[in-house]
Amino acid sequence: MTVLIDKSTKIIIQGFTGKMGTFHAEEMIKYGSNVVGGVTPGKGGQKHLDRPVFNTVKDAVKNTGASASVLFVPPAFAADSAMEAADAGIKTCVAIVDGIPSHDMIKIKRYMRRYSKNEKMTLVGPNCAGIISPGKSMLGIMPGHIYKEGRVGIISRSGTLGYEAAQQMKDLNIGVSTSVGIGGDPINGSSFRDIIEKFEMDDETDAILMIGEIGGPQEVAAGEFAKENMKKPVIGYIAGLTAPKGRVMGHAGAIVSAYGESAIEKVEILKECGVTISKNPSVMGETVKSVLEKI
Amino acid sequence: MDIHEYQAKEILANFGVTIPRGGIVYSPETAENKAREIGGSRWVVKAQIHSGARGKAGGIIVCNSPLEVAQATDKLLGKKLVTNQTGPEGKIVNRIYIEEATDIEKELYLGLVFDRSSESIMVVASTEGGMSVEEISKEKPESIIRSKIEVAVGIQSFQARELAFGLGIEPELISRVSDTIVGCAKAFSELDATMVEVNPLVISKQKQILALDCKMSFDNNAMFRRNKVSELRDKTQEDDKEVFASDRGLNYVSLDGNIGNIINGAGLAMASMDMIKLAGGQPANFLDVGGGATPEKIVKAFKLITMDEKVKVILINIFAGINRCDWVAEGIVQALKKIEIKVPLVIRLAGTNVDKGNKILRESKIKYIEANTLEDAANKAVAVLKK
Repeated sequence: MTVLIDKSTKIIIQGFTGKMGTFHAEEMIKYGSNVVGGVTPGKGGQKHLDRPVFNTVKDAVKNTGASASVLFVPPAFAADSAMEAADAGIKTCVAIVDGIPSHDMIKIKRYMRRYSKNEKMTLVGPNCAGIISPGKSMLGIMPGHIYKEGRVGIISRSGTLGYEAAQQMKDLNIGVSTSVGIGGDPINGSSFRDIIEKFEMDDETDAILMIGEIGGPQEVAAGEFAKENMKKPVIGYIAGLTAPKGRVMGHAGAIVSAYGESAIEKVEILKECGVTISKNPSVMGETVKSVLEKI
Repeated sequence: MDIHEYQAKEILANFGVTIPRGGIVYSPETAENKAREIGGSRWVVKAQIHSGARGKAGGIIVCNSPLEVAQATDKLLGKKLVTNQTGPEGKIVNRIYIEEATDIEKELYLGLVFDRSSESIMVVASTEGGMSVEEISKEKPESIIRSKIEVAVGIQSFQARELAFGLGIEPELISRVSDTIVGCAKAFSELDATMVEVNPLVISKQKQILALDCKMSFDNNAMFRRNKVSELRDKTQEDDKEVFASDRGLNYVSLDGNIGNIINGAGLAMASMDMIKLAGGQPANFLDVGGGATPEKIVKAFKLITMDEKVKVILINIFAGINRCDWVAEGIVQALKKIEIKVPLVIRLAGTNVDKGNKILRESKIKYIEANTLEDAANKAVAVLKK
């Protein structure tokens, strides 16, 4: 089992016929992802990239059996699209889009409470790079070739910093089981804790690299979960040592507003939780290597 | 996005919150007239800048005649106020709010923020108004009461009542304090706010419940549906370089150091800044040109960085993902034909087609220092600075 996706996962693209949707659908297909169609309201019945277009997610799921979707719709319509996916029975939905209002994100999460635990969709993102299980499938916008197949899980708020880590690991001949970008927004679909729990249960993952940054309570919550519940080793890096307090650093969620949200405080708390900290962003790969050698 | 006190008060007034009578002025002459129009015998002249702690910085002056109001306005207009929140450069006063003075009996604190742990709106209230919420939590933590608003249904009357009783409000004022709390919560929910703070919320000697000072911030991501709110933006209260950047779709934060940065991606940008600090340098800025790092964005980034006179060396760190290092390198070479850089340049490319990218840079005529890793780039930037 792979975390969230595997080679056979049937994927649809929401916002399929748009510029972004088209470009990244092509990239995903090239990588080997099983893209079975897409949704653009009003264009149902057409073909796009040799795949069927549907008016609604329900139609797409009914006709293709899709269980995963990627959202490439503008921020104003993203909440609606995510709820549509949840209601149509999609199990894993990745929202790439940057710029969804926080009030909308909270509404999506409240809406999803109507589904039981088994029926509930896993929403990843928004403002993220997506999910990749190297050699199997990609549900996102990352450059697939920088990921080597392997047994380390990556969770990252940042896209490019996640790429940096994957590249450093590849250079040291370390591969990745699955990499999940949870996104840079203050309210996101899946937290570090949500994903780290999935990695703990994943037979194909031996260790987890968690790449966090300033702002919010999620890294600490994941650290505390790891301390209480996990057997697999966790490696961490927190960006934003030099970020001034009270300023938003690019990501809407990267702002220090309470105790425990600065990089130094997060690093201290994670260390107490038994997480091995990469002392700088240039040695994330080496730190993973040193931990793997001890397993 | 932040707005001024007087704008926040106008918004709250529309949601049923009572505010003291007042008006905005831009000159001493109109200030005097405004004071007469408001009436009464005491006025407060308040400098409008995007910062709290204005009182301690001399930005709030109590006056006893319309003439004094004019003099106080004259004194504050055009001045740069430095508070403990503005940084040493301060913020310019272009607008003055004249308000009738209030006879205060009791000062309360009322604040609403997003709580990221529970993913709901948190109302924070305290009997110790007038102090900052940080001071209250340090000195009188027992005075703080909280209530979580369920976003799907909004604030309920009982929650507002519980807070009002929790503040020890006398029974005949409970419904008016509750209405004030409900008004603030509705403003927060209906306008995509991220923060509403009324500090102090006062009970006057005449038993009025008044929002005496107010701060509001809004979700930048929601401005597409909040035209009226986005019109309240006052660019004179923002750093010039940050305005230049936001007008061009760049994420930029001005900092105190002398190593300028051009990076793609917010996380990688923060990590690069950290690496600079660990190497013994200080970043001059945070700059995320976006994951794509297109040539157009690179040109804009160079323009922005060269506006900053503190910058003595520029570090470029691009991780090419979906785009390619050879395109990024072409972009840099093109950009440097359009804009002259007088400080040393350190370039680190990584990711797709990195060898091709570095080859293009080496074969071009641009003067730069090549770096291979994040650490190498930071070390080289700091080393060239020391020369």
